Amino acid sequence: MITQHEPKPGVLARREAIVAELRRRLPAAGVISDTLRLKPYETDGLAAYRQPPLAVVLPETTEQVAAVMAFCSQEGIRVIPRGAGTSLSGGALPMADAVVLGLMRMNRILDIDYADRCAVVQAGVTNIGITNAVSAEGFFYAPDPSSQLACMIGGNVMMNSGGAHCLKYGVTANNLLGLKIVTVAGEIIEIGGSHCDSAGYDWLGLITGSEGQLAIVTEVTVRILRSPEGQRAMLAAFDGVEVAGECVDAIISSGIIPVALEFMDRPCIHACEAFAHAGYPLDAQAMLIIEVEGSVAEQDDLLERIKQICRRFNPISLKVSESAEESLAIWKGRKGAFGAVGRISPDYLCMDGTIPTSQLPLVLRRISEMSAECGLGVANVFHAGDGNLHPLIMFDANDPVSFHKAETLGADILKLCVEVGGCLTGEHGVGVEKRDLMGVQFNETELDQQRRIKSAFDPMWLMNPSKVFPLKLPAMAAE
Amino acid sequence: MPDTLTLPAAPRDEAEIAARIAEANAARVPVWVCGNESKAASMRPVQAGRTVSTRALSGITLYSPTELILSARAGTPVAEIEAVLAARGQQMIAEPPDFAALFASSAPATIGGIVATNLSGPRRIAWGATRDHVMGLRAVNGTGEVLRCGGRVLKNVTGLDLCKLLTGSHGTLGVITEVTIKVLPAPERRATLVLPGLDPVRGVAALSAALGSPYGVSAAAYLPEAAARQVPALSWVGQSVTLVRLEDFAASVLYRSDRLRAELAGFGPAEILDEGATRAAWASVRDAVPLAATPEQAIWRVSVRPSAGPGVAAAISDAFDAAWFMDWGGGLLWIAGPATAAAHAAVCRAASEARGTWTLFRAPDSLRLAVDIIPPEPPALARISARVQAAFDPNGILNPGRLRPAPRLEP
Repeated sequence: MITQHEPKPGVLARREAIVAELRRRLPAAGVISDTLRLKPYETDGLAAYRQPPLAVVLPETTEQVAAVMAFCSQEGIRVIPRGAGTSLSGGALPMADAVVLGLMRMNRILDIDYADRCAVVQAGVTNIGITNAVSAEGFFYAPDPSSQLACMIGGNVMMNSGGAHCLKYGVTANNLLGLKIVTVAGEIIEIGGSHCDSAGYDWLGLITGSEGQLAIVTEVTVRILRSPEGQRAMLAAFDGVEVAGECVDAIISSGIIPVALEFMDRPCIHACEAFAHAGYPLDAQAMLIIEVEGSVAEQDDLLERIKQICRRFNPISLKVSESAEESLAIWKGRKGAFGAVGRISPDYLCMDGTIPTSQLPLVLRRISEMSAECGLGVANVFHAGDGNLHPLIMFDANDPVSFHKAETLGADILKLCVEVGGCLTGEHGVGVEKRDLMGVQFNETELDQQRRIKSAFDPMWLMNPSKVFPLKLPAMAAE
Repeated sequence: MPDTLTLPAAPRDEAEIAARIAEANAARVPVWVCGNESKAASMRPVQAGRTVSTRALSGITLYSPTELILSARAGTPVAEIEAVLAARGQQMIAEPPDFAALFASSAPATIGGIVATNLSGPRRIAWGATRDHVMGLRAVNGTGEVLRCGGRVLKNVTGLDLCKLLTGSHGTLGVITEVTIKVLPAPERRATLVLPGLDPVRGVAALSAALGSPYGVSAAAYLPEAAARQVPALSWVGQSVTLVRLEDFAASVLYRSDRLRAELAGFGPAEILDEGATRAAWASVRDAVPLAATPEQAIWRVSVRPSAGPGVAAAISDAFDAAWFMDWGGGLLWIAGPATAAAHAAVCRAASEARGTWTLFRAPDSLRLAVDIIPPEPPALARISARVQAAFDPNGILNPGRLRPAPRLEP
């Protein structure tokens, strides 16, 4: 179980006065304090943990965000920034003495510039909303997390979200040009702009992925890209995990960088096929989804090269999509993988380690052993090109023993990822979920360096408390 | 540069660097942190009592072509890394420049220096900057502590991203001792479309059309006639050149150059540069060769939104007799002009009015010490900046003054 910092009694005692002060700074509908309406904000995508906040504020402008921050920092009130609440690591889990600052009402697209290939959007615009706004002109916003229909760009920036197409297009950090941020003291700062590579320190890079520890993001300037002429997917199924991994290596070594290269193990194939009916081969031990881009002739050429490579590894099936519909069906299974596992298990934990891809066979073997030992099923999806592994641990949340086992297994898997040269989280963030494992990846010197940077932005440690850093405050932040 | 009489300047391993920094920190002596000093004449001069160079930390420590990952100690020459990658058909993504000509330096650039300065070449506009491909770092902070940041995998959001902060920090936050970068397959074929004789506004419009096409353009630059004459691979044109590069499998390059030529027909007929001429032309753009011939002049780099590039060039040309060209689709202006405070002020004004950023990249010490070489930060950010600097280097001993002359720490 996750523990949180103790709520500040002084803040809890002043709740009504604080709510009244917040109401003076925001439009009437922008402050939520009654118990029933706080309910939707008590958890996020890591639904095993719940905690109603002190209050919720829903500002509509950067200036309102600044006013809330100035007030909260004066009063020593903790603040939890929140986008759509889709975090799988508990990145938006409230505390009893904290104000949740929701950015969903800041949902306007402020500027689209096709000549310079960028767009300025408010933090509460959904990920897919950006692509939808520019797709008529043939453009798109590249990072595509599975939650892209719901998740918001502000949250994507805070967690440095990835997606299935990172191998070619990079993660959120690689697709940003500028930010408007509000500091904990309520100051508004513009970082970067619509140009590349501002001189001086890379604040854009530091704030991206900082999980709400440093500042609030209210506006984002993203790079938009012209869509390729077309894309097509293929499936390759193998009767062993090792051989599928070798095939991935061979594709990369050949000089082809597919736009996506996804790996699913047998339990995952079965769960997804039952859900999506995509024609996944049920007799396979491992399956690759490989997607290429370009004109039809270019797709044909690349897929033929990839087929030739796959044949060297004795695939039990090779299937090239013949139409956009078939490609969609192939992806429907993969994109619905989490939901599909949700159908065969009452609950699941989605882990998110990254490993050197060469370690995949070893890691899958160890996961399978650990899974058998504790009696919980695990299905694995893997962004094979970039090493990001998503084991889905199936358990029953109504059974405390099962939940405890699932958390222990998850922690063991992440320790294994670090042990083989990888890391705790590739795209979901540390949040509360992996906070207490930070010491597995970093030593105290390294964690203290990160804590000092946090203190430089947030001297009183008011921003998104109880997340990212193990619950040990540096002396300077003691109350 | 500082005296190196008392201690050898180039420790042989990271532990020795850490000890040297800890010692300097205890003695409160500023340290000139450097690699091979190939870009020492850039940015602001550092007034330091000691030197700590990473040039003796050399060698590739990990190369996994199937994982697209390479690690090397900071002092490893970039050329050595590129040769090892080329032997396996791979390359560095951000196309790091070689400013030997620009700085009249024969010292080979090191990987640590490229990362510490976050310098990127023409491919930056399409595939990201050096900072986008730094997956891991080891560094020594200003108290002599060793920090591991990031890792050796391509996707990693564990904790605050100190790789981003240290990359491009010019040795002011830590001494980078080892880096891990993402690499990619090198293309099978390269070609360049050349549109001759366009004015800057039409040239950048053509570059925007090319970069906004579905054909995966990997570089886009505009050289006015005077700059084009300085590039052997382009001097035959005798006019301004608008350059668009394609890099891919051979059949794709053929197909895409035909399609681009058709889509850009409104800008006039395009010539095609073959593989050899493409390599030569873009190496010149990457290394700012068109501006290297005038060593007495100052050089600025201005980064703006690409469509603002021609306006900035015009404003600067109105202010003084400037030599210039544009890379990154019009967004990166390289400018050469008189090394005077007045010329510098004109560049800063033009860049700021276009809401861009600027760097006085090369100038005599007297000018570099007299002016801001990069834009000042707004006060709220400057306060955070000073605290972050102190979080790494509480006594301000690492390359003090390299980026900004301002006092480093609030009392």
